Amino acid sequence: MTIQTLEPILAEHPFFKGLSQEDIALLTGCASNVVFKAGEVIRREGDAANEFYVIRQGKVALEIYTPERGQLMLQTVGAGEIFGWSWLIPPYQWRFDARAVELTRALALDGQCLRNKFEANPRLGYELLKRVAHVFAERLLATRLQLLDVYGNRS
Amino acid sequence: MVIAPEKQFINSPTDPMLPQPYRIERVRRETHDVFTLELRPANGTPVMQFAPGQFNMLYVFGTGESAISISGDPNDTNRLIHTVRAVGTVTNAMQKLKRGDCIGVRGPFGTPWPIVEAEGSDVVIVTGGIGLAPLRPVIYHVLANREKYGRFALLFGARSPRDLLFARELEQWRGHFDFNVEVTLDTASSDWRGNVGVVTTLIPRTQFDARHTVAMICGPEVMMRFTVQELMKRGLTTDQIFVTMERNMKCAVGFCGHCQYGPHFVCKDGPVFPFDRIAGLFGKREI
Ligand SMILES: Cc1cc2nc3c(=O)[nH]c(=O)nc-3n(C[C@H](O)[C@H](O)[C@H](O)COP(=O)(O)OP(=O)(O)OC[C@H]3O[C@@H](n4cnc5c(N)ncnc54)[C@H](O)[C@@H]3O)c2cc1C
Ligand code: FES
Repeated sequence: MTIQTLEPILAEHPFFKGLSQEDIALLTGCASNVVFKAGEVIRREGDAANEFYVIRQGKVALEIYTPERGQLMLQTVGAGEIFGWSWLIPPYQWRFDARAVELTRALALDGQCLRNKFEANPRLGYELLKRVAHVFAERLLATRLQLLDVYGNRS
Repeated sequence: MVIAPEKQFINSPTDPMLPQPYRIERVRRETHDVFTLELRPANGTPVMQFAPGQFNMLYVFGTGESAISISGDPNDTNRLIHTVRAVGTVTNAMQKLKRGDCIGVRGPFGTPWPIVEAEGSDVVIVTGGIGLAPLRPVIYHVLANREKYGRFALLFGARSPRDLLFARELEQWRGHFDFNVEVTLDTASSDWRGNVGVVTTLIPRTQFDARHTVAMICGPEVMMRFTVQELMKRGLTTDQIFVTMERNMKCAVGFCGHCQYGPHFVCKDGPVFPFDRIAGLFGKREI
């Protein structure tokens, strides 16, 4: 029942755009619907990373706590985007805190479930990895630009 | 003998090299290092007309001149408005001026934003830091003529909450149902409810019809470079993208060559350029 309703949602999300119906059906087997209230902490740094999220609606902040400056927002991600990739990389732990800035609806994809499917279906695993790598590259570029502090004083 | 500041200017509306005396009616502090001056001609002449994107040379008596874009409403015939970030000799001296003080104004100079060409299209403004000031006249114009344009988006990036320019107006603009205003900061503490990340990250999230869109960009050059790339990924072509260039200026009328940018003089051929005119120069080190 749940699987039937999640399939079209997954297929419509930009991250999965263009995947075959068969692949979508396979991935949907690892997906569940989640809702976070504004301000709700989704994951804390150091938590086991068992999943990643595709956002359907809302906004999530990736944050880090520093003793000197308190809780800092490093980046926000919104509808059509994904967050959380530590499920791919040992030791499978969250590197940042994730907190819903506003009411957020997302799909959670179970990392263990995905890893098992990808072992059995490397073609789909490679396709998904390419998509995640694309997101990595975009985020890295954005982080580098952020580091340039382009609006700061030139002197 | 003390000469009144306005008498120290020769009043010649026809000579673009001679500053006209304007009196400061109001100084508004925008952020810790940005302020807005509201000016009126000291000699009773009408306030100059300008097109969004044009700039004036503002002369702080005894210190020097700086090129500053006009940041007010092009339909406001009562005041001339400039928003300035204090960064060096002239702009720091300008920051010390008070209500009632006199300042010299030459202009308006330069090419405007393509507000006429953009009629019938979606308009996307991408800007960062003080770059919002030269684009504010476009925002006033589009909002006053909303029916002439398609979707309208403002993507604005700033360093931190304390650097948010025109914060109160941003709030007002967000209240318009047909104006998509997105603000993003480079860093923020967790009480910030908006976006965090560079302004380019807002582009994939923004709705516009790439075939019928005009994009206007103003900000530091590296920000503009990556913004152009992101817009082109969305399907815009170089003739749909307009950027504004900043070079040191002296005469502002195409005589001295100070503002040369490849074959162009920014004061006369710019500061607003269709990107296809300067694409070959953009980001080149030696220029
Ligand atoms: C067409 C045009 C329109 C402009 N519009 C505006 C405007 O609307 N508002 C505005 O505030 N400025 C604007 N500028 C920029 C403005 O002209 C300069 O910031 C100003 O001339 C600097 O003069 P200064 O004597 O205060 O600084 P200087 O003494 O010349 O410079 C002092 C230090 O500040 C640094 N610096 C210079 N300019 C900048 C800058 N823009 N940003 C960061 N650091 C800088 C220099 O590298 C130097 O280290 C515009 C420039 C052009 C060409
Ligand atoms: S400032 Fe003199 S030519 Fe442009």
